[in-house]
Amino acid sequence: MSPVSKLDEQAALVMPDRGRAALNALVTGLACIAAALLVHFVVGSMVGPFVTRIMLDAGVMIILAVSLNIVNGFTGQFSIGHAGFMAVGAYVAAGITYYSSLALFGSYQAQTGLISVGSLIFAASALVGGLAAAGAGWVVGLPSLRLRGDYLAIVTLGFGEIVRVLLQQSNPQLFSWDETRAASLKELVPPPLGGAQGFQSIPTYTSLFWVALFVAITLVFCFRLKRSSEGRAMLSIREDEIAAQAMGVNITNLKVRAFMFASFFAGVGGALYAHQLGTALRPTDAGFARSFEILIAVVLGGLGSISGAALAAVLLTVASALMIELGPWRMVLYALALILIMIFRPGGLFGVKEAWEVFGGLWRRKAVAR
Amino acid sequence: MGDLLQTLITVISVGSLYALIALGYTMVYGILKFINFAHSDVVVIGAWTSFTTAAVLLPRLGVTPTEAPWWAAAGVLMLAMVVCGLVGFCVERFAYRPLRGAPRLNVLITAIGVSLFFQNFGQLKYEVLKPDGPGKPAMSLPFGAQPQGMPRLVGSRALNDATVSRGTLAGVDGAVVRLSEGVSLEERRQYSIRVTPAGAPRAIEAMVVAPAGRYEPGQDLRVGFMPAGAAPGSAYALVRSARVPIQLVDVAIVATAGLLMVLLQLLVYRTKFGMAMRAVSFNTTTASLMGVAVNRVISLTFVLGTSLAAAAGFLYSLKYVTLQQTAHQGWVLLGLKAFVAAVVGGIGNIQGAVLGGFLIAFVEQFGARYISSDLRDVYVFGVLILVLLLRPTGILGSTVREKV
Repeated sequence: MSPVSKLDEQAALVMPDRGRAALNALVTGLACIAAALLVHFVVGSMVGPFVTRIMLDAGVMIILAVSLNIVNGFTGQFSIGHAGFMAVGAYVAAGITYYSSLALFGSYQAQTGLISVGSLIFAASALVGGLAAAGAGWVVGLPSLRLRGDYLAIVTLGFGEIVRVLLQQSNPQLFSWDETRAASLKELVPPPLGGAQGFQSIPTYTSLFWVALFVAITLVFCFRLKRSSEGRAMLSIREDEIAAQAMGVNITNLKVRAFMFASFFAGVGGALYAHQLGTALRPTDAGFARSFEILIAVVLGGLGSISGAALAAVLLTVASALMIELGPWRMVLYALALILIMIFRPGGLFGVKEAWEVFGGLWRRKAVAR
Repeated sequence: MGDLLQTLITVISVGSLYALIALGYTMVYGILKFINFAHSDVVVIGAWTSFTTAAVLLPRLGVTPTEAPWWAAAGVLMLAMVVCGLVGFCVERFAYRPLRGAPRLNVLITAIGVSLFFQNFGQLKYEVLKPDGPGKPAMSLPFGAQPQGMPRLVGSRALNDATVSRGTLAGVDGAVVRLSEGVSLEERRQYSIRVTPAGAPRAIEAMVVAPAGRYEPGQDLRVGFMPAGAAPGSAYALVRSARVPIQLVDVAIVATAGLLMVLLQLLVYRTKFGMAMRAVSFNTTTASLMGVAVNRVISLTFVLGTSLAAAAGFLYSLKYVTLQQTAHQGWVLLGLKAFVAAVVGGIGNIQGAVLGGFLIAFVEQFGARYISSDLRDVYVFGVLILVLLLRPTGILGSTVREKV
């Protein structure tokens, strides 16, 4: 055998099989859709509106927490401005669906039915919102990622606050298409997104189907990212930045990428949040109070643990929904619980491991022995 | 020109508040290397403790808050500093000390937890003292969710107002007074009249709305409203407002803050404790090997930082008398701006915090005055990001090289 053909053989082993990768993606995508349909029709028919609402909230929170985990958990950076990216996605997506609904259907009422023109516009706007947030992530990330540790945290915090103030300066909302067409340039720049009063009457397209679908996509993406060479490079940055650099990892590039992935999903999560029933988007949604909420879910789940972040997101949402009856004491107890957890379980629920690595440890050890 | 000077005065006054708060952030960062997000809430506790003392306890001691002598105000300040010092001690002892050596993110989340705790605990309301007649309101602990008006312990008047003439009122009639002395009112100046009715402890001030010109004794002089109790024979003083008024409150703020900063400087650079503090900040392990009681130094640093924050809260409530509930956005922003000041000046550096405080106040106030008031927060955070990008350790911060 000539040396050239041997090289070809080796290359074939290393190079991914495109056909198989496409099939793999197709199967995964279909599985995601199937799971979302299952949640929407089977689970959705079994629970009442209160539980549905909690499920929607929890789903959005899972997307936000799991995406922040890419930056804080995988890459070991320290972002506390995640709500800023979420708000960018939320406002962009809500702006698109609201004004296109006015233009196309003459009202901001959401169209009924799982798959309608309106809901497809919504899905597209969620993706556009995600892309806008990713763009913001790139803008923030590129110059600031040479900062380390606390300083990066401060910049992301400042970014969230700047987004908040800029949203406050947006023009008042326009309530009909005629009004929008008649509006002068001054009323359209900055965009009419409600300013400090908040952005209201957003069509309510967020359903269990869309939330479940995007949760599934986010989870699949994150698990595959964690196992990819890119993800492992990110983990190496977390463990030791200087050593990773010495091994040839392009630190800045990967950090910016982690930021963009995280902000993309934050933007999508924001879009889902915006189109929930009875939501008015407010500039304070971009503020650090919300960023902290997401950060708390990530740390509670265990930095770097995807299943931990998701579980903590669900736990926090459910707990805060159940604790409403406690009135003003709710947040006091929440804060105390947070402090106690940090003191007595500093690694979070699962540490850097995934849930099955913690609970399945016994089984796995036996399997190895066999 | 007048505008410029006026803005400068505000910068110095607000800047010294930012500096006081920033000192707390920077001292804790210098010694423990973490951002104490609960620091702004100590400012709030300081302000609300001052309110409770001034509005509830002072009247029960027989002192009317608005006529309180300077030592009563000083007493209010002292009490607030002691209470917040205790709060700072407890927070360090029970929330932060168990986490010494834990990952930074955990300490940060704990700080956020402490902050959330204070914000929400402060809004609870349990009545401790029943209302007791007029001017003696109920005392509630913690502070409740309603905004309150801080009594003006320091009168709202300018130091550089000029008294043009004094005398006794010759007559009063509706919104018109007649003076015993002749006066000339200049163009484009504002005048007010301070009338002391017979038997009243202090003067009541009313704006003069008459056009400029010469007014003879006994001639009608229009005023904005008639001070209650004014009668012929009451003593008056006609006052010309300064073009750039220097408010007594601002002077009190700058003087108190300046005094505290000088004391802190002396403490840190001239005492044995200060030396221990600097040693711990430089290298904790080495300091402990040299016999410095590290835990005690950290505790005392917290107490110092939080009592400075209490002073800032007290002074803030003198200037902006409407106290919002403890979780209000305004408080958080105040804390964030002070934090930005600490970072811009070089976090961990005491002079840097003071410099940063004035710089941030300068950018904020001049931007608000000459560009757009709506974007004042953007200037502050813009400066933050700019400084971090150009000089990541802040203006006076020292560069630390990371080694493997």
